[in-house]
Amino acid sequence: MSCTCSSTYDIDQAAIGYGQALDRTTRRIVLCAGTGCLSAGALKVRDALVRQIADAGLPIVVELKAEDEARGIQVGLSGCQGFCQQGPLVTVLPENLLYCKVTEADVPEIVATTLVGGKPVDRLLYRDNGGQACRGPAEIPFYSQQSRIVLAQCGVIDPESLEAYCHAGGYRQARRAWRDLGDKELCDLIAASGLRGRGGGGFPTGRKWEACRIQQSAVKYIICNADEGDPGAFMNRSVMEGNPHSVLEGMMIAAKAIGATAGWVYLRAEYPLAVKRVKRAVADAEAAGLLGDDVFGTGRGFRITVMEGAGAFVCGEETALIASIEGHRGMPKPKPPFPAEKGLWNKPTVINNVETLAMVPLILDMGVEAFRARGTKGSPGTKTFALTGHVANTGLIEVPFGCTLRQIVFDIGGGVVMDGKVCGEEAFKAVQIGGPSGGCLTREHLDLKLDYDSLRGVGAMVGSGGMVVMNTKTCMVDVARFFMTFTTAESCGKCVPCREGTRQMLAMLDEVVGGRADEGTLARLADVAQTVQIASLCGLGKTAPSPVLSTMRLFKDEYLAHVVAKRCPTRTCKALSPPEIDAEICKGCGLCIKACPVGAISGERKQAHRIDYAKCISCGACITSCKFKAVA
Amino acid sequence: MSTACAPAPATPRAQFARVTEILDHHERDPARLVPILQEVQEAYRYLPQEVMAYVATALDLPPSKVFGVATFYAHFALAPKGKYVIKLCDGTACHVKESVPILDALRKRLGLSEAKKTTDDQLFTVETVSCLGACGLAPVVLINEDVHGQMTPQSAVRLVEGIVAQEAKP
Amino acid sequence: MTTTATQTLTIDGRAVSIAQDRNLLEAIRRSGIDLPTFCYHSELSVYGACRLCVVEVEGRGVQASCSITPEPGMVVRTATPQLRKLRKTTLELLLANHDGHCTTCDKAARCRLEDLSRRLGVDRVRFQRTAAPKPADRSSPAVHREMGKCILCGDCVRVCSEVQGVGALDFAFRGSDTVVQPAFGRGLGDADCVHCGQCSRVCPTGALVPASDVEAAWEAFGDPQRTVVVQIAPAVRVALAETLDLPAGGDAFGILCAALRRLGADAVYDTGFTADLTIVEEANEFVKRVQGSGPLPMFTSCCPSWVAYAEKFQPDLLPNLSTCKSPQQMFGALARKLLPAHHGCDPKDLTVISVMPCTAKKFEATRPEFSTDGRRDVDLVLTTQEIGRLIAGSGLDLKTVTPEQPDLPFGMKTGAGILFGNSGGVTEAVLRYAAAVLGDGRLKHHEFTEVRGPEGTRIASVDVGGQTLHVAVVSGLANAKRLLAEVKAGRVKADLIEVMACPGGCVGGAGQPVDHVGTARACRAAGIFAADRAEVMRNSAENPAVGELYREHLEKPNSHQAHDLLHTHYHPRRRLGDLDLLLTTGEQRDRLLVQACLGTSCHLRGGQPMVHALVAAVEARGLHDRVDVRATFCLERCGEGPNVRVGERVVSSATVETVLAAIDEALVQA
Ligand SMILES: Cc1cc2nc3c(=O)[nH]c(=O)nc-3n(C[C@H](O)[C@H](O)[C@H](O)COP(=O)(O)O)c2cc1C
Ligand code: SF4
Ligand code: SF4
Ligand code: SF4
Ligand code: SF4
Ligand code: SF4
Ligand code: SF4
Ligand code: SF4
Ligand code: SF4
Ligand code: FES
Ligand code: FES
Ligand code: FES
Ligand code: FES
Repeated sequence: MSCTCSSTYDIDQAAIGYGQALDRTTRRIVLCAGTGCLSAGALKVRDALVRQIADAGLPIVVELKAEDEARGIQVGLSGCQGFCQQGPLVTVLPENLLYCKVTEADVPEIVATTLVGGKPVDRLLYRDNGGQACRGPAEIPFYSQQSRIVLAQCGVIDPESLEAYCHAGGYRQARRAWRDLGDKELCDLIAASGLRGRGGGGFPTGRKWEACRIQQSAVKYIICNADEGDPGAFMNRSVMEGNPHSVLEGMMIAAKAIGATAGWVYLRAEYPLAVKRVKRAVADAEAAGLLGDDVFGTGRGFRITVMEGAGAFVCGEETALIASIEGHRGMPKPKPPFPAEKGLWNKPTVINNVETLAMVPLILDMGVEAFRARGTKGSPGTKTFALTGHVANTGLIEVPFGCTLRQIVFDIGGGVVMDGKVCGEEAFKAVQIGGPSGGCLTREHLDLKLDYDSLRGVGAMVGSGGMVVMNTKTCMVDVARFFMTFTTAESCGKCVPCREGTRQMLAMLDEVVGGRADEGTLARLADVAQTVQIASLCGLGKTAPSPVLSTMRLFKDEYLAHVVAKRCPTRTCKALSPPEIDAEICKGCGLCIKACPVGAISGERKQAHRIDYAKCISCGACITSCKFKAVA
Repeated sequence: MSTACAPAPATPRAQFARVTEILDHHERDPARLVPILQEVQEAYRYLPQEVMAYVATALDLPPSKVFGVATFYAHFALAPKGKYVIKLCDGTACHVKESVPILDALRKRLGLSEAKKTTDDQLFTVETVSCLGACGLAPVVLINEDVHGQMTPQSAVRLVEGIVAQEAKP
Repeated sequence: MTTTATQTLTIDGRAVSIAQDRNLLEAIRRSGIDLPTFCYHSELSVYGACRLCVVEVEGRGVQASCSITPEPGMVVRTATPQLRKLRKTTLELLLANHDGHCTTCDKAARCRLEDLSRRLGVDRVRFQRTAAPKPADRSSPAVHREMGKCILCGDCVRVCSEVQGVGALDFAFRGSDTVVQPAFGRGLGDADCVHCGQCSRVCPTGALVPASDVEAAWEAFGDPQRTVVVQIAPAVRVALAETLDLPAGGDAFGILCAALRRLGADAVYDTGFTADLTIVEEANEFVKRVQGSGPLPMFTSCCPSWVAYAEKFQPDLLPNLSTCKSPQQMFGALARKLLPAHHGCDPKDLTVISVMPCTAKKFEATRPEFSTDGRRDVDLVLTTQEIGRLIAGSGLDLKTVTPEQPDLPFGMKTGAGILFGNSGGVTEAVLRYAAAVLGDGRLKHHEFTEVRGPEGTRIASVDVGGQTLHVAVVSGLANAKRLLAEVKAGRVKADLIEVMACPGGCVGGAGQPVDHVGTARACRAAGIFAADRAEVMRNSAENPAVGELYREHLEKPNSHQAHDLLHTHYHPRRRLGDLDLLLTTGEQRDRLLVQACLGTSCHLRGGQPMVHALVAAVEARGLHDRVDVRATFCLERCGEGPNVRVGERVVSSATVETVLAAIDEALVQA
């Protein structure tokens, strides 16, 4: 029998109470209240729903409480459901109908047709590529092709309710870890699961914990790295907004395993909603006595502090993050010593990513075997990705390791988008994976089984999970330059190769897109890239050249077109995209000839005109001169 | 329409009292420098030198260190920002969905540039950020706390016009 | 017992035993390979930023050797083609962002960047020049900054905070905008800097250099109208040789005398003379304090950086500082009073030049209290480096110069005076003097080895004349700060505390020749001891010229006349220039200015709640339209805080009532 200290919150009782309250509801409507749907007006829809349900005389339950005997329709909020592009999302239970892009104006119809009439509102349902209406997630390929574990509860439970988390099974594994499992046993268990860090490096989590566990120190720390600075990635944001308690539970288990006495969540300030929800979760867990001086009646304490970042990508790097918590400039330090030996305030410290930690209670719950049943041998389990860019369904997804790019882009993502249309493989150019530290995957990699090792093998990396799909109209030099702009701006400036090398690389890429480069530039670019990669102090510098090296290798022709032919094949780089005359439209009126200051245009009257690019200075005068819009 | 920043304490005295309160709340712990500066910036909308000097004295830190920290992190501003801070996302997802033309349009409309980020009437500040975590809605513009997704140069400029019109009302 | 096999690692194919090396870099250097570095400094924490010290470690790839620990069995390569290329590209990247005007650079020929570029064969820069011109900062009398030459190695930042505990310099901004600078980008002369110059000593480039007065010196020497007298500080003699690439530690005093005369000096004196005088004054002051006339422990005051540090950071200790001027300024004061007559020149034509190992002495000479009739007592302070440059500029070949004696009377010194060049020297000189005066059984040339040694802090109890004296010797201001905390907490007992700002004392001064290898200081220290031993007179009590000075002009130690000439007073100083924080707003112009101090001392004395109450009271009385209340940082009366300046008047130990009363009074007058 488990002890029931009066001061300690009774998880089981809370879960039962919440369950009973749920059972009393006649119907539940869940609105997505993640950043995306909120910005699209989710709260207005919620207010309208509440108002109109009441107006329709239907009973309504505002908050689910054990003690509250009320029955009726409950209108609740959830975290991001991953399909932000289609937001605001409204789910109606028990039918599990998913309405997309709902506005206030749609509410009367929802009330009348669904809530009163019991029928779906067809026009609000998602339509797949074939135009078929899908009733709920099970029929929507975006969801049905996924394998949601970490995200399973995101978008389902109320992220601001401790009871809801308990009802979903929450805090059971933390209790088990603190009461029934030994620290070594926990480290071994996580090691056996093969869990690898989801923060980018893919380092085995069990090994990291064990390295910290064996340190002799009365004080140790666990830090949750929630700095997610990777542009184009928002996996961690969604987990924190949608299921913040799962992260705290993971931290508690890690704390028990390594002997940590305090925890920190270093959270990006650009995520105000995540900050709010995690702080709320910490406060609730503290109020309930789950966090505090006596965790689960073990007599041992554990508390969590939330610190907001202040706008520095490099603070995602472990030593920089530690410096930042300690009140310094976030400049990385050489490793070793590793944080596991000397971390925060020189005490042994484990730093884990949000997703890594959120995965921990799930592994304890499902067991090592079940976890390993997903994914590949070297990379067990699932991984979340932020699927963005030129893809039909942008959003947050979770797939097992070992699935292919094709499945992600075409099955889940619904195909490549170009010029506003959903296209097939022919429009697919590349996927940039791993953000500014990662590389590109191209058509030849569509069937590669994705995991930590296979990606490293092709010069890319899993990274934190940003996955940007690019269509054939994307200029890869421009993409490389974009990442270089980012890393140059985010370099902390400490070590020479990164500080000076990234700015030189950027300067050379500027020359390339500006038409001022030659092949010598490319050679120098590669040379500096190599120095920055090998000699930089921290991961930021060491990986900053990856996008450049990767695109130079995979899209060499495109680079050469920029420097030799002085043409940007996708006409993205302005200086290398002189106007073109569309022969179909050109009437041969000759106005452009007069407009051209350098006499670059010629042509017979009433015949399509031509531009002599050896003379053209890309001034654009011909574009404005043409009345028929033949020049672009 | 967009809401303005939470009102900063109005009088110098109230601001000063607020800073002292912040310092006390953090127990004058030098390790809390970053959160202290974050809160101080809320009170003043930027970090005036004298206030940094005061924080340095109160925390017994060299002022050069406080300045070093304040200039390291992008969120800290050394000059007052406008009433409406427009953050244009130039993260990967937004970039490939053409965020740059939006930036150009906004800067053009407000007479701003890379170097000049705040309008002379202190109404607008335009800056870029890398990913607001709303990539599904790319390209994204944040005006103070409000996220606006799937922007175009035209719609972004319309948002600005809306604010200008609203501000022009007595 | 079994003998443990010596553990070894392999460096470039040769086995090297593992010793107490702090890191792999030191092991490699010990094995005879001088790996290039910028950001590694044995006195400072490891920073790991320049990436020049890269090596290949088998199984671990390319690593910065300064940042890893040597381990048995490690196989290390230091000069593969890959490493050469990495280093060269890294240097090239640095040079692309470097204002490389070597010909006009203060560090030329002593510059690590220049040296390494040559050694590594960087013969061109393939990259775009990014160096933007940055204005030089010449606001400090001690150290000049030229940030266009900074390579951001961070050595100066670390020395200023780790060794000096000051933190006047830090990094600001980030990425390629990063700069090293004082708070808020102010000039160094406007910052909390104490002028020790240690930052310029460790700077590998010409970004931080001692301020130069070489031009003014040329002018003075060349002016026939002037009578130029030069004093030479003890630590200079053991370092000058290095400017000629001769080994450190040799005694070059005689040569320097001769050279200075050839340059145009009318007389060459020895600061060792006023060092002896200092000992007499200070020892007698100390005795008086022990007898109850002043606070103990007594601190020495001959290091101007330490004095500035105490004024800025430890104002409560100022009464404990010896009131003796430093030997340089004692010399200056005496020179102004006695030398015009001695040389038969018009007082205004007397030019006093010091040759010092020190940048802070440049600052000290500018202090207004060290002037006679509105004229600086010491007109010019030249460092050892500068004197080397003057000699070089004159074309004089020192090898052809025969050593000469200094002039009398101020050229007369004892070995004790020479000891001033080392940390612990003042203490030893005082102990010798006390032993002689108290008729101690010991020889008057006794060497008090307990106060010698390379450590930054030494604490000793010495029996002199039947009495036990507790002395502490400390060099490096961070060490001083730690020691002060111990003394204040009562954990260390000391009656006399000698503080020297530079590690090792003046032999390690920032005006000394550039020493990138870091071995010169120990040689110079040994040279000081040797020079002491070479003297016949080694006790300040023996200096006949000092005795004569008292007889003819000063009566006796600590006399009224001696006080006038040889002693001074200290006052708290604000660390930062003007910075006022507005606390009230009002319509009226010309409001009465009220500045409430929130500097550290006033803060600790309850300034802050008082200020809040004051502003509230001012507003409650509706005075804010007439009174402009601001917070300020130090009104330089820290001992009496909290202080509030009301108009012209400073209200000390201020309360809301006393300040309001002062405001009322000022408003009535207006
Ligand atoms: C420049 C840089 C930025 C990083 N940013 C993040 C981040 O935002 N979130 C994160 O979890 N890890 C980030 N990392 C990786 C972390 O340093 C660290 O490896 C990770 O948090 C460890 O957690 P894990 O083992 O659970 O993956 C970053 C690394 C570097 C070099
Ligand atoms: S690699 Fe870049 S971010 Fe990392 S320490 Fe060096 S300069 Fe800073
Ligand atoms: S102006 Fe237009 S239509 Fe006329 S010739 Fe030129 S391109 Fe053709
Ligand atoms: S862009 Fe200018 S130069 Fe080129 S063809 Fe048109 S008008 Fe002529
Ligand atoms: S710092 Fe060195 S490399 Fe630079 S200009 Fe001066 S001497 Fe030349
Ligand atoms: S080395 Fe060459 S560049 Fe330098 S001063 Fe001599 S001639 Fe001029
Ligand atoms: S002179 Fe001394 S105190 Fe001043 S900045 Fe340099 S090291 Fe710091
Ligand atoms: S000023 Fe000199 S010591 Fe300081 S960082 Fe720059 S180069 Fe290094
Ligand atoms: S220790 Fe000597 S050289 Fe250093 S600052 Fe003091 S007096 Fe000058
Ligand atoms: S915010 Fe609603 S689906 Fe992402
Ligand atoms: S890239 Fe713009 S919100 Fe993520
Ligand atoms: S000496 Fe090792 S990195 Fe600078
Ligand atoms: S702190 Fe110096 S007078 Fe207030």
